[in-house]
This record gives sequence, structure tokens and C-alpha cells, in this order.
Amino acid sequence: MELYTLLREFADSWMLLFLFTFFVLVVAWVFRPTSKRDYAETSGIPFRYEDAPAGDANEKEA
Amino acid sequence: MTNTIKIVALGVITLCAMFAANFARDLSYQTHAIIVMLVAGGLFLVNVRRIGEPKIATATGYMDDVVRFGVVATTFWGVVGFLAGTYIAFQLAFPALNIEWAEGYTNFGRLRPLHTSAVIFAFGGNALIATSFYIVQRTSAVRLWGGNLAWFVFWGYQLFIVLAATGYLLGGTQSKEYAEPEWYVDLWLTVVWVAYLAVFLGTVIKRKEKHIYVANWFFLAFIVTVALLHVVNNLTIPVSIFGSKSVVIWPGVADAMVQWWYGHNAVGFFLTAGFLGMMYYFVPKQAERPVFSYKLSIIHFWALIFLYIWAGPHHLHYTALPDWASTLGMVFSIVLWMPSWGGMINGLMTLSGAWDKLRTDPIIRMMVISIGFYGMSTFEGPMMSIRAVNSLSHYTDWTIGHVHSGALGWNGMITFAALYFLTPKLWNKAGLYSSKLVNWHFWLATIGIILYAAAMWVTGIMEGLMWREVDANGFLVNSFADTVSAKFPMYVVRGTGGIMYLTGALIMAYNLWMTVKAAPAKAEAPIAVPAE
Repeated sequence: MELYTLLREFADSWMLLFLFTFFVLVVAWVFRPTSKRDYAETSGIPFRYEDAPAGDANEKEA
Repeated sequence: MTNTIKIVALGVITLCAMFAANFARDLSYQTHAIIVMLVAGGLFLVNVRRIGEPKIATATGYMDDVVRFGVVATTFWGVVGFLAGTYIAFQLAFPALNIEWAEGYTNFGRLRPLHTSAVIFAFGGNALIATSFYIVQRTSAVRLWGGNLAWFVFWGYQLFIVLAATGYLLGGTQSKEYAEPEWYVDLWLTVVWVAYLAVFLGTVIKRKEKHIYVANWFFLAFIVTVALLHVVNNLTIPVSIFGSKSVVIWPGVADAMVQWWYGHNAVGFFLTAGFLGMMYYFVPKQAERPVFSYKLSIIHFWALIFLYIWAGPHHLHYTALPDWASTLGMVFSIVLWMPSWGGMINGLMTLSGAWDKLRTDPIIRMMVISIGFYGMSTFEGPMMSIRAVNSLSHYTDWTIGHVHSGALGWNGMITFAALYFLTPKLWNKAGLYSSKLVNWHFWLATIGIILYAAAMWVTGIMEGLMWREVDANGFLVNSFADTVSAKFPMYVVRGTGGIMYLTGALIMAYNLWMTVKAAPAKAEAPIAVPAE
């Protein structure tokens, strides 16, 4: 089989299936039961260490 | 020890550049060899003079010097890029501006890539490097990884810009749109980019926060994908080690496909993913509330990167590219509309409950108009990728209008907002020098974009229709020159829009300068004194 044909067959069968499944699993993972609590914590990241890195003396929050 | 290696390496590079300048086969290569010689030689001298100086103790806190330089560079290159764009816009309207004695250096064909690279890679690239360094430190709660490597990234990138820009003027281009620099400049950018990836990833890896904030996901996708695109699209074999000409390894239509896979993902990952990283940090910060839906931001991320990478073939409708490939590109471009609007909704809804700020805060207003243009151009793009629409729009000014509503509206406005946000923070000021001037900038830029986009819609659709008009016997009605003269008024309107946008940017530069020079310093946090 030609390399082009082989790659083309692979791309629109197994690879497509893999990518699509991966994406569906990501979406399912996002809606897991504990996500609301986790994401509330994560989305607050920009508001924590504005002026100094964690562990520095003058940080805003411990 | 490392210092000795550095000095030896710089000396060797200087020597090699001297040889290269001597044996150079073309002017562009020779000029570049001299630039490299001067830079490496200068650094060599500086390092030799520093031998024996005591080492400075390791710094703590956030590494913001490099971000400050990035803010200055972004502003500077922005003004240069807008000026070049406005000038070439008027060259199209008034061909006499292709000055006769400078023919071959400053005519439209030479200045056009200078404009695109200046705005995308110099203005946009510096904005991305500066903001990503700022954001990744704050959202990882650690100092940048790699010490002075961040400085290497910044100055190395400036050298890339200078080499690219001077090369275009002297005719050193490999004629791939948005990938014009020649092979040795490409190799240099690869080195700088790997260092950028190392600094960014190193900082993310040593983070003190448990999770990686979504902005960093977007930045990382931008850095990794651009590395991949850049390397694959620039796989060329130099004709001579002493010349700028090289031959690409991809044959025929495969080269065209690789070029537009690169070209469209440069839009998708450089101008979209990276700037979305900015949006996901600066919009919540300025609105003082977390992003509307973190769930949506994750789905936005994965959907965007899964879909964008396939959309490139829509640049090659009705060419030698197989139909299945161009249909694939078209379908993915249309599906891409969904995550784009998901992201737009997420950005806009972050302001829900804070809509009153639109009235009082011109920076928020800039962010909103930026996200609005993101939504508009990500609707227009999928529509133009449909084959039937593309048969009208392709090769016309409609495409240029589309690109500019995205670039001026989305990328430009979010960058301006980020610069206004960063400058007082980085120079420890209470606020900007003048909100009123931000307001002026906002309206000049917005009206400028509207003039630009509207003029390009009209002229694009008009010339598309004129090109395809046939009489009863099937002969074409209009000659190409007919369309050119019909477009004149719209070209003047477009140039006027450019002047307004440029004026806005100059006002911004003045405002930022005065913020650093004259705005009052931020008040120190009150120190608690026990009552007696």
C-alpha cells in the first residue's frame, strides 16, 4: 500500500476515533460531580499572588 | 566557568559573522552578517569587561524587569507597525508614494511584509511574551524559571525582528506569507522559541498553586504549536551557507498545504490562543471577578485546539488541492464557530454583575470591544471559508478587511487594555496618567476600525462581483484596471481609518510615558500601629 493511502486510511478511521473519544472524555471530565468546588478554587488563582510569589514575606494571603 | 564559555562562544560567533559578511552572496545576507557581527562583538566586549566582577546575589520576588522592557517594546513596535500599515494603505491609493529613488526598497511589495511582520510578530509577539511572563508568574506564585534565560528570550526575539525587517527591505524573503524570513533567521527564531518554552514550562512546573490556571493552558498551546508550525513550514535546504536563498523540501501542492496549515494556525494559535490567554487573565482582573464559567473555559480550550489545526485548507479552495482536503478545511472552519463564540460569551459574561464599569472604566470598554470583534471576526471567518462564499471573497479586499477586524479589533484592543493595565502595576503607580486620553484612544481606534472594515467590505464585494461579471456572449465585462480605479475612494477611507488608529496608538504611547514619568506613586499599604 502507498504511504499516502495508508496514512489517509489511518487518519480518517482510528485517529479520528481517538481524537473524538479524547474530546468527549474531556467534556465528561469537566462535568464530574466535584468540578464545581475544584473550579471555584482554580478560577480564584489570579486574585491571590499579585505582588509577590508564595512564601515571600510580604505576600497578600498565606 | 560558564562565563568563559560564553565569552569564547561570542568571540567565535563574531569571527564566523565576519567570514560570512566577507563571503556573502547577496546584500541581505551580508547586512545580516554585519548586524550579527556587531551584536556578538558588542556582547563579547561587555562580557570581557565584566570578568572578575562579584556575582550579584540571586534576586527574589517576581521578575518584572523583562516584562517592563516588553511593555516598552510592544508600544514601540505597535507604533512602527501601524505607521508602516498606514503608509502602504496610501501607497495603494496614491501610487506616487512608491518613491522613485527608493524603488526596490520602500515600494509596496517590500513594505507590505514589513508591516505584517511588525504588527503580528513584533507588536503581537512582544505583547504575548511580556504578558505570558507576567501572568505565568502571578498564576504560578513563583519567580520566572531560568534566571537570565528570560532576557535571552526578549533580546533574542528583538534580534529576530530586526533581521526579519531589514531582510524584507533588502529582498531577503522566502515568499511564504507570514513566514518570510530566510533559513538562518528561522534557525535563530527556533533557538529563541525553545528558550521561551523552557522559561514558561519551567515556571509552570515549579508552581506553588495546585492547578494550572486556564490562561497558562492557552499560552502553552500557543508556544508549543507555533514551534511545531514554524519548524515544519521552514524545512528548507540552503543553496549556499553564505547566501540567503534556500529551497523548501515540500513539493508542489504539498508545500501550499503546509504553508496554509502554518498560516492559518499562526492566526489560530499566535493571534487567538495566546491572546485568549491574555483575555482569561486581564478581563477577570480588571472586572475584579473570576471568569464567568471555568468549565466553559476548559471546553473552549480543548475544542479550539482540536478544531483549529484542521482549518488551513480553506485558504486553497479551487486550487490543485484535492477537494476532500478543502472540504475538510471548510467543515472544521464552520464547526470552529462554536468554541470561538463559547469563548466570547465566557469573556463578556465575566462582566455580568459589573456592567456598570463599562460607563466608568475605559479599559473595560476596550476589553469588551475587543471581545466583540473577536466574536465578529470568528463569525465572518467561517462564513468566508464556505466554498461558495469564498469564490466571491477570495483574492479580494474582503479578506484584508476580515484580517484587520480581527487584528485591529481583537488583538490590538486587548493588547492596549493589557498595556494600560500593566503599566501602573509594573512601575508602581496609583493609576494611569489620564483616563481621558484612554477614552480618546478608544474612540479613535474604534472608529478607525469601523472605517477600515466597512471600506474593505464594500470594495471587496464590489471587485469580486466585477471580476465575475460576464456579458451575454460570456465575455468578461471589466478589465482588472477597471476594478482598481473603482476602488480608489474606499482606499482613501481605509487609509483614513489607519490614520485614526495610529493616532490612538500615539496617544497611548504618550499616556503610558507620562504614567511612568509623572503619575503619583502607589500609596504604601498602611502599617498597623498599635493604639496606645
